[in-house]
Amino acid sequence: MTTFDLDNDSLRDLNGRLHGDPPAKVKVTNAGGRHSVAVGVDADIEISIDGHVGYYCAGMNKQATIRVNGNAGPGVAENMMSGVVDVSGNASQYAGASAHGGTLIIRGDASSRCGISMKGIDIVVAGDVGHLSAFMAQTGHLVICGNAGDHLGDSLYEAIIFVRGEVGELGADCIEKEMRPEHYARLESLLGAAGLDFDPKEFKRYGSARKLYHFNIDHADAY
Amino acid sequence: MCGIVGIYYKNKKLQGNLGASLAAMLVEMSDRGPDSAGVAVYRDPVDSGHLKVSLFSASEYDWESLKSELESQSGQDIEYARHATHALFTVPNNGFDAVAWILATHPELRLMSAGSSIEIYKEKGLPQEFVRQFDLQQFSGSHALGHTRMATESAVTTEHSHPFSTGLDLCLVHNGSLSNHNRLRQSLRNCGVDIRTDNDSEVAAGYLMWRLREGDTLEQALERALLDLDGFYTLAIGTKNGFAVLRDPIACKPAIMAETDDWVAMASEFRAIAQLEGVEHANVWEPAPATVYAWGGQ
Repeated sequence: MTTFDLDNDSLRDLNGRLHGDPPAKVKVTNAGGRHSVAVGVDADIEISIDGHVGYYCAGMNKQATIRVNGNAGPGVAENMMSGVVDVSGNASQYAGASAHGGTLIIRGDASSRCGISMKGIDIVVAGDVGHLSAFMAQTGHLVICGNAGDHLGDSLYEAIIFVRGEVGELGADCIEKEMRPEHYARLESLLGAAGLDFDPKEFKRYGSARKLYHFNIDHADAY
Repeated sequence: MCGIVGIYYKNKKLQGNLGASLAAMLVEMSDRGPDSAGVAVYRDPVDSGHLKVSLFSASEYDWESLKSELESQSGQDIEYARHATHALFTVPNNGFDAVAWILATHPELRLMSAGSSIEIYKEKGLPQEFVRQFDLQQFSGSHALGHTRMATESAVTTEHSHPFSTGLDLCLVHNGSLSNHNRLRQSLRNCGVDIRTDNDSEVAAGYLMWRLREGDTLEQALERALLDLDGFYTLAIGTKNGFAVLRDPIACKPAIMAETDDWVAMASEFRAIAQLEGVEHANVWEPAPATVYAWGGQ
């Protein structure tokens, strides 16, 4: 285990080491809300971060398992490609934005725009999500074990959203859909991977009505 | 981009730490606002017969002669203290309207704040330099707001810096940009609100001043601001006994709050709050959009 104390070690040294030939296990202490902690990692390693992190923690992550023992600022796991990012507290806006793969687990609440433009990531939020979550989400899953704010799934493509609680107001072209056996199975595996003990039967599924992103011949006169 | 910080002490024994905490928070927000910095500190309230008035002069100023003039106008002894480019005058508030007299007879001076406990100081330059110039670490007080500015809407001058006074013992700091400030400025001027710069945040301050003058409570004024202010904003409003926070409904501009048994703090980013003693035991959360948060009352 290699430890970086960000009160004494520089963030540049930490990220430089993580981008080089990193040790299998890294511990980061006194994160202190610093930005860009453990960004751009491309190695199958485990990173544990103690303290709250600022903007863009674990951004662009590939392969690594990154645990944040605290809250995360805006853009946690933004554009993640693979691996796991696990936040013990709350996450600020646009968590998991544009991410192509991997799993993001937020054990508290996520704020607005969670999973905006997600492109294949699986996001599991144990608490609530804020407004405009999964806006223009393309593929992947967003599991919300609490409530969702307004405009959930606005202009949604083919991402699948599961919500256990209430939804403030659905976004344009986002509709509730039937839970079929394959959805229960997928949800069970996502909840299991996050170690969350919720019953998949308590969830509803939301997806795209597919009216917004397909050209409708009946509207041809409008152009 | 700008940085906002605020701290309010629930435990009065900690009021001596205010300046050091505020300075650390402000300097931590330098990246968000390197061109100007300012604070509103609430401390040492004067009795109802007096007002504290913070004045700014862009050039070297003969404050002693202003003191003499005020003494001959009011017939009372006047005290003042210099703080870099500012001076804090304690003036009588019974019969003689010192603020109106200063504004009418000394157009070269800029009124930064007036009230029983508020003191606003602000200046161009890096937050670190501001802290040094105003010896901020020595300040004690019940609560304070601070701002580091990265100008996007208007010029970099002391007058364009935050906090903006919104009335007696009230002030506002803003991170964001308002899109309807030109029209709103004109409407407010038509209602007799004195707005001096082309800064968008001063319009938000003027708007609150107008609503409070019309009889709204601070909470009502902020609820109405959600309807009338168009644009992006995280606002922190300093009141005589505490502070309030409001984010626009889209809430792009960041804000984080933290509370312990001893204090409540808000900032644009957690790393500013991380400077505070006892932060490891704080309850930390992000204020919801379009929701008024207030501590300490008006």
